[in-house]
Amino acid sequence: MMGIDSLIGGTIWDQYSEKVTCLMNNPQNMGEITQEQADEMGAKLIVADFGAESCGDAVRLYWAVDPKTDVILESKFKSFGCGTAIASSDTMAELCKGKTVDEAVKITNIDVEKAMRDTPDVPAVPPQKMHCSVMAYDVIKKAAALYKGVDIESFEHEIIVCECARVSLSTLREVIRLNDLTSIEQITDYTKAGAFCKSCIRPGGHEAKDIYLVDLLEEYQKEKLAKQADSSYDAPFAQMTIVQRLKAVEKVIDDNIRQMLIMDGGNIEILDIKENGANFDIYIRYLGACSGCASSSTGTLFAIESILKEKLDQNIRVIPL
Amino acid sequence: MRVYLDNNATTIVDPHVYETMEPFFIQKYGNPNSLHQFASDTHKPLKEAMQKIYTGINAKSEDSVVITSCATESNNWVLKSIYFEYILTGRKNHIIVSEVEHPSVIATAKFLESKGCKVTYLPINSEGIVEAHTVRDFITDKTALVSIMWVNNETGAIFPIEEIGEICAAKGVLFHTDAVQAIGKVPVNVQGANVDYLTMSAHKFHGPKGVGALYMKKGKELTPLLHGGSQMNGLRSGTLNVAGIVGMGKAIEQAIDALDFEVSEVKELRDRLEDALLEIPDTFVVTPRAKRAANTILISFRGIEGEAMLWDLNRANIAASTGSACASEDLESNPVMEAIGAEADLAHTAIRFSLSRYTTGEEIDYTIEVVKNAVDRLRAISSSYAYAPQGHESKL
Repeated sequence: MMGIDSLIGGTIWDQYSEKVTCLMNNPQNMGEITQEQADEMGAKLIVADFGAESCGDAVRLYWAVDPKTDVILESKFKSFGCGTAIASSDTMAELCKGKTVDEAVKITNIDVEKAMRDTPDVPAVPPQKMHCSVMAYDVIKKAAALYKGVDIESFEHEIIVCECARVSLSTLREVIRLNDLTSIEQITDYTKAGAFCKSCIRPGGHEAKDIYLVDLLEEYQKEKLAKQADSSYDAPFAQMTIVQRLKAVEKVIDDNIRQMLIMDGGNIEILDIKENGANFDIYIRYLGACSGCASSSTGTLFAIESILKEKLDQNIRVIPL
Repeated sequence: MRVYLDNNATTIVDPHVYETMEPFFIQKYGNPNSLHQFASDTHKPLKEAMQKIYTGINAKSEDSVVITSCATESNNWVLKSIYFEYILTGRKNHIIVSEVEHPSVIATAKFLESKGCKVTYLPINSEGIVEAHTVRDFITDKTALVSIMWVNNETGAIFPIEEIGEICAAKGVLFHTDAVQAIGKVPVNVQGANVDYLTMSAHKFHGPKGVGALYMKKGKELTPLLHGGSQMNGLRSGTLNVAGIVGMGKAIEQAIDALDFEVSEVKELRDRLEDALLEIPDTFVVTPRAKRAANTILISFRGIEGEAMLWDLNRANIAASTGSACASEDLESNPVMEAIGAEADLAHTAIRFSLSRYTTGEEIDYTIEVVKNAVDRLRAISSSYAYAPQGHESKL
């Protein structure tokens, strides 16, 4: 962001919602559930930890779960973290109550953040604090994994690159490719990835990642380059070697014409390319259904010649043998 | 009650300083470089202010103390001009700074690194101090500059500037010190300390914001960073900040006068606060008191994240800091805590209280009470502190 709003930094606290402020001042679900309390409810006690003090954020989630129905009867938290971490943990604990474990796993950090908004359209926390709610999401998965005795990974089938906006690797790859994106700003505009804590943009942020947005951009650029290198469209046809010319012609035929011919039960073979004064004469032979087709010396021939002229050189002439 | 304990970030402008500055806004507002009475009206007050600034750091009259817009400008000027003069020309290739310098030195050094300058970032010891011998160890015959702060902004640690100055002089290496946190807190004597360049900033000693200075020893004048109308003897162009200069003159005079008060009365209040906070279990302070500026405490409360503590303090109208003002915006752990190799668990728990001669005993007592309550509340929330409220038994 540039311009007037970017020049004088406000305090991040000014961007907290009233709800965040209230929950920080008076968290509603702060505390622990003891084994005795769980026993009294006839519930199974789950205690899950996520994060670490050394990273600046840590949360512990307590659940009392009814073993018959899987319903979370009581949910409490403790947290080492800033105001938004405490408020997010509190909201997360609240959202878990009365849900089954399977339902609770579906609570995302975005649900937590939305629940803390004062008005539906105004974010509850500034972008750089969004990662606090991510931890709330992760600790639920941890608790569910403990309850079910399974691995935490079993709840996440997708690789998530941007935790804050929950954007997966496959989504990012697809969006970058479809829209030919070349900058981080564009990725953020299209997907919201990178809009919040910014850790996923490049190494050196709040948390280390396996793959960053810059890697995805680079990967796509390389892919594009590789494609271009493959294609012989780049150099002028007249400057190509005979082998390159043959490949270029084959490629144009492959990309534009051969499929149609095959669908009609035919095909085409490139026999030779000869320079004839200013012209390039390309000798072809029709195969299969094409060889007897009436159009092979009119419409089809004209189509092949014009695409080769357009893609490679205006002086190409196609001569069927 | 509103309590301001963030004086290492900025200070209240002393009312006398404010009075001194006032006439230069709507009465004596002339440009000192013009040829008329409006201009002449500013000359005497400016000269008197400059004399006070020279006296404040014991500069010789043939030295140049050039007024700048802030300490960041002064620090940038030294590093970038050394780059232009020595590194870019190939005469030298290396500068030395400490790893706990202010961002205006660290970020500039990193920028110069990207331009091909070699930079050594000296470590601090477990007391948060840069040891002089490390400077000697890293100086090479290609070293152009050593830049080490006089007093650290976060811990208040006083660095051995005289010793480092001697080493640099003996090795023929230029020596710059960022004395922003030193003026008014420890005696600053540029001649005694063998410094070639010294940075200061008025708003850290009850002067106005937007005015700083760079001391340059005679014969060591730097290439200007700002070219233009040849103000400040051509060393730093730009219309003089008349009110700011006059204010800085008054402020440094008062800061030097108040030095005894600082190391007695302010220290007493600081010690009272520190003693009380250290009575809280699982707290720890960086840098022994004797090696620290009299106004500063950097203290860790185990199990409490720094910003959460600031939140509770702010609710009670107490201003403190988690480190430098920038650090409280960008969520990173305190760089000094990382540098001294504090336990990783404590890296995000440091709070800085910095007092001034305006701090009162009443404010300190109130702060002690508020901090104790905040520690109780936040440790009860904390997932990483086995806290047992009285009458309860914790299962943690």
